[in-house]
Amino acid sequence: MKPPVFDYLSVASVEAATAALAAAAGDGKLLAGGQSLMPMLNFRLLRPSVLIDINRIPDLAYVKEQSDRIRIGALTRHRTLEGSDLVAKHLPVLREAMGHVAHLAIRNRGTIGGSLSHADPAAELPMMSMLLDADLELASAQGSRTLSAAEFFLGALTTNLADDEMLVSVSIPKLPSGCGWAFEEVARRSGDFALACVAITLNRDGDHVSNARIGMMGVGETPMRATEAEALLISGPLDDRLVLAAVSSIRTAVDPNTDLHASADYRRHLVGVLAERAIRKAWARATEASRG
Amino acid sequence: MAKPVSIFIKVNGRTYQHAVEPRLLLSDFLRIELGLTGTHVGCEHGVCGACTIFVNGDSARSCLLLAAQLDGMEVTTVEGLGTSAAMHPVQKAFHEHHALQCGFCTPGMLMTAIDLLRKSPHASDEEIREGLSGNLCRCTGYENIVRAVRAAADALKDGNTESAT
Repeated sequence: MKPPVFDYLSVASVEAATAALAAAAGDGKLLAGGQSLMPMLNFRLLRPSVLIDINRIPDLAYVKEQSDRIRIGALTRHRTLEGSDLVAKHLPVLREAMGHVAHLAIRNRGTIGGSLSHADPAAELPMMSMLLDADLELASAQGSRTLSAAEFFLGALTTNLADDEMLVSVSIPKLPSGCGWAFEEVARRSGDFALACVAITLNRDGDHVSNARIGMMGVGETPMRATEAEALLISGPLDDRLVLAAVSSIRTAVDPNTDLHASADYRRHLVGVLAERAIRKAWARATEASRG
Repeated sequence: MAKPVSIFIKVNGRTYQHAVEPRLLLSDFLRIELGLTGTHVGCEHGVCGACTIFVNGDSARSCLLLAAQLDGMEVTTVEGLGTSAAMHPVQKAFHEHHALQCGFCTPGMLMTAIDLLRKSPHASDEEIREGLSGNLCRCTGYENIVRAVRAAADALKDGNTESAT
């Protein structure tokens, strides 16, 4: 329950961080908020030769408006996102999700870059980046590249990040005006990892749904989009039959695990219940927005 | 052994200079190197909340921080809150509402409650419960802890006590 031996290096720039990663040749780990990395070190699930502390890199923690997108620096703490006026205004579903991320003491330290790079399949931010079609900017000594969230997550705790790459920022399109949204999660304790979670954004166009996006987590190896249910939702006027068809397609699409906390069957049932609640809530919000 | 890291760190208002092994957890630094055993160590993976302290005024798990990270920073532990004669308002509320039994979770509960009330001075009962949900009490004495935090919130709101640190 104590970390293994490693060297510690505090860096002052992204360039220094990626150079140190390259020098460590796959044996280095970036230390941001440490809220996932430190438990893994304490359990000795990881034995890096060097920890590269990026907490002192200036200008890596920010929330900025860039025309129709919100850009978030990788070192932005969960607590900052939770309290950001830009997020509350343009990405209210993300604001809601942040309240479900662990506990205050964890949110004070944990960062968006760390959460996405760690890629826990039951964590909120990876799912929200999938839901919101986020672009992730990665830097290495060779230069930078941008991946969509869908390209970034490969499996449980596995991403497209190369050994010498670091995530530097996340760019998220603002929600369209009139957007209805919902975030529904069930966890054993408030702040725990989700047993299942569904988040939705949609618009109302007469009696039809448009722009339906459904994100899910806790029910697969990675957070995922319910693409079939998204297509169903926009296929005709929204009524109970269509909602139930979408819910049924979600239950068919997921492949949850059985573990200590819940059985696969329970999770499959739960994700459907949450999806139905989320669809109805998002529709009600979109309806209200179209009246307002 | 890896190369030691030299740190200046302020703990409860006093400055220390130490050369620490990189892997030394802040919780162990406080308890072993500084002898501040008020910070309790439960799970060592950020789940139980017993080791909660403040770093630059914000609550954090000391088992999920390295002492080496904290060069130039300021830490407050339960020892820095008050004294038996002059308790912090939240400590006083815990005393008055019998919010501790064995006392193991108490330092973490206090630090968590103080950060919660500072950030949400008008916390509802539900927000207090949610705010304490990251701290485990092995005696399961949660009801009295919630009552104490409620009472402390009301007392702090009335402004009849000194401000929460």
